Amino acid sequence: MLQRMNTWLYRHKGVRAALLLALPVLWLAIAYLGSLAVMLISSLWSVDSFTGIIQHHLTLTNFHQIFTQKVYGTIALRSIFVALVVTVVDGLLAIPIALFIAKVLKPRFRSVVISLVLVPLWASYLVKTYAWRSMFSDGGVLAWLLKPLGVSTPGFGLTATTITLAYLWLPYMILPIYAGLDRLPNSLLEASSDLGAPAMRTFRSIILPIIYPAIIAGSIFTFSLSLGDYIVVKVVGGTSQLVANVIADNVGTAGNLPFATAMAILPIATILGYLFIVRRSGALENF
Amino acid sequence: MYLSKRAKYLLGALTAGTLAFIYIPLLVVMINSFNPSRTFSWPPSSLSTIWWRKLGSSAGVLPAILTSIKVGVAATLIALVLGSALAFAVSRYSFFGKNTLSLLVIFPIALPGIITGIALNTTFHTLLDPFGRELALWTVVIGHATFCIVVVYNNVLARLRRLGQTLEEASQDLGANIFQTFRYITFPLVRSSLMAGGLLAFALSFDEIVVTTFTAGPGTQTLPQWIFDNLFRPNQAPIVNVTASLLVVLFIFPVWLSQRISQEDTGGGRL
Repeated sequence: MLQRMNTWLYRHKGVRAALLLALPVLWLAIAYLGSLAVMLISSLWSVDSFTGIIQHHLTLTNFHQIFTQKVYGTIALRSIFVALVVTVVDGLLAIPIALFIAKVLKPRFRSVVISLVLVPLWASYLVKTYAWRSMFSDGGVLAWLLKPLGVSTPGFGLTATTITLAYLWLPYMILPIYAGLDRLPNSLLEASSDLGAPAMRTFRSIILPIIYPAIIAGSIFTFSLSLGDYIVVKVVGGTSQLVANVIADNVGTAGNLPFATAMAILPIATILGYLFIVRRSGALENF
Repeated sequence: MYLSKRAKYLLGALTAGTLAFIYIPLLVVMINSFNPSRTFSWPPSSLSTIWWRKLGSSAGVLPAILTSIKVGVAATLIALVLGSALAFAVSRYSFFGKNTLSLLVIFPIALPGIITGIALNTTFHTLLDPFGRELALWTVVIGHATFCIVVVYNNVLARLRRLGQTLEEASQDLGANIFQTFRYITFPLVRSSLMAGGLLAFALSFDEIVVTTFTAGPGTQTLPQWIFDNLFRPNQAPIVNVTASLLVVLFIFPVWLSQRISQEDTGGGRL
């Protein structure tokens, strides 16, 4: 019996592939993509304002509300701005550290330092956010550090949100850039130097174009994750809400789920738009 | 590239600065957990282990940890089955939509948690409400498994690509059937990548708060949810500090272990 099954399976390659694929496809393509589809459709539903029960007939009320009330436009622009600043800050922090690890550090120290960068990626997200609460709070670490300099801390607000988000997603930027630099042969850099290029010129004309797809790959994470975060705002963000806060606050018994899903289309559309813009860079092939 | 000594020192200093930026906030949390004062003050006036000793008797922490473990184990098991099946299919067969599928598996982790969370929340409500059923623990497990699949998938796929198929072919040439080949050759070779992927999937699930918030039933509270709920209660600050420090220490262990086991992808499959 087993022998016959074996022969049969051996002859039918397609069946083997189908058996392996059945569950993952069911889960990802049907359950997960299906849920995303339900979410998109539900953005056209509405909530009865008296009973709080979801009405399943289609209407554009939610989108009308989002596009006509000024507050949502402000929040959307603010969120995109924060996500862009976080991405730029992470890029500026990540390039020197990746360059140092990949091209200056001796090989035997490389894995140690890259682990030092990596391990906090896995430290609890909530704990890292909470850590910045102690940094920014009244009488917190930053206040204590900056007091002798006569500078006051920004306190809880948009600056704190931006710094905390940049902190959280930094490893996502360092890793792809480091991997890109690691693959870049040293001979190329030596050739550039031999031909008389100063370090800055080598960086601009050789390194930057080559690691550009890696930077874009990292930026997809920093941009997308920043655009969807609401916990950081709740912990250190004070009163400046981001788009994810509007979504989160509308989920639950007191909220308006169809409105939340309509609002969720904004980050999805922005992220897809961002992917569309960066598609040409070749960064997506890294995935 | 011939970097001047000055440029090298500058890069070194920037690296040291960035590493300090990464580690100082975590250190502050650790030190804070030894602060005997109930209210937050920096620097702490003295150090004591009083709150660490009170951890076990604090209401809510232990049940929350237990819930987190249950969800983590269940999600990890699902992710192990689905992630490794997908990795085998992608590395060994060519089929229609292969590229799409290998991109789709990254979606739940590349898209913000709130998107996955709210999509599942809407779907669960649409499916369950007509039957009068509520969100529960199993809905959280489904949510977590969805984004854990990619971690196992990446780890196993990296291993399968490195191994190639020669050993399996040799085994079959020597007369072993498909099942024997899997049992005696393939499985032992991928076992450690399954362990690494499983550990990381568990760590990811244990840490998740956003998807949890949108998929958990009223009575379900995981550890991150407990921390978040107590974050804003002033008199709970000491216990939150202790739990947070404990998490920092506990998280480093599985990640370190999984890196020791797999030694192949620097991102541990999260990237």
